[in-house]
Amino acid sequence: MARFSAFIKRHRPALVRGFRDGIPIGLGYFAVSFSLGIAARNAGLSPLQGFFASLFNNASAGEYAGFTLIGQNALFLEIALITLITNLRYLLMSCALSQKLDPKMPFYHRFLIGFDVTDELFGIGIAEKGYIDPYYMYGAFAIALPSWSVGTAIGVMAGNLLPERVVSALSVALFGMFLAIIIPPSRKSRVVGAFVLLSFALSFITSKLSVFSSLSEGTRTIILTVSVSAVAALLFPVRDEPDDSQEVESE
Amino acid sequence: MNNRIYIYIAIAVMAGVSYLIRVLPLTLIRGQIKSRFLRSFLYYVPYVTLAVMTFPAITEATGSPVSGFAALAVGIIAAWLDAGLFKVAVSCCAVVFILELFII
Repeated sequence: MARFSAFIKRHRPALVRGFRDGIPIGLGYFAVSFSLGIAARNAGLSPLQGFFASLFNNASAGEYAGFTLIGQNALFLEIALITLITNLRYLLMSCALSQKLDPKMPFYHRFLIGFDVTDELFGIGIAEKGYIDPYYMYGAFAIALPSWSVGTAIGVMAGNLLPERVVSALSVALFGMFLAIIIPPSRKSRVVGAFVLLSFALSFITSKLSVFSSLSEGTRTIILTVSVSAVAALLFPVRDEPDDSQEVESE
Repeated sequence: MNNRIYIYIAIAVMAGVSYLIRVLPLTLIRGQIKSRFLRSFLYYVPYVTLAVMTFPAITEATGSPVSGFAALAVGIIAAWLDAGLFKVAVSCCAVVFILELFII
């Protein structure tokens, strides 16, 4: 008990600071995961299944794509592939985050931090000065994880109770969040903006083409993502400076 | 296969893949990724995949395509003004709700 209180005393400032920074993230997560719950309900998931899916995935786009495939009774391989593709950005974020972890830190922290690398939590982690205190991340996780998973479960439940009008309105929340991720970088980089527009156009065209209509929604997403990103990487490779991976060459 | 079991296995598959994607770089990769192509590819992936999933799906998610397109327009404008995740999502919902009071 004495050891425990000494432990809390030592890590309390980081935990509290993380929790505080996690509050706006948790609020946003609750609203978005609620609409994710509606997608889960449409795919046939129960509130408990929605809760577990969100607790263990922590990925808006990845879960949305996964639920869509579950609703179509897709193969597990397809589900694994779409999860891989839609969550590939977390691979990149984790690569960046690994540079912010003290090599002398106990190794198990890497397994725990890896549990909840999301756009927002990556954002506050990378904004830390110097090496990240893992307890800062755990403080933020303490509010982000329950908001996300409980929000999804409530979405599955309340999706049934809410009027059609409200469900219709809430179902665009997730797309709004996607826009909030892709549009600001599109404004800052013409290249990103052009490829976002190109992706919109190709997505629209392929959704109307009969050649693609035999493929599932997830497979179409995979094909477009891999091909468009590969072309973008070939034509406009990102700069080589270590700390500048977010920048694209302007010419 | 029983549908309940199918869903639980699917959730486990998703969870396993998501966790590995996040934890492998943290535990295995210590230095920078060497291949410039790979880093560039990974840089573009989130934007392309989210764009593909957003459109035209957003226009089909609502009660009417009109409100879906309005949500897309409002979402892009709000995000362009750096409104942040929460505000952009709420603006999209609000415009759909208000429009559909009149058109449905």
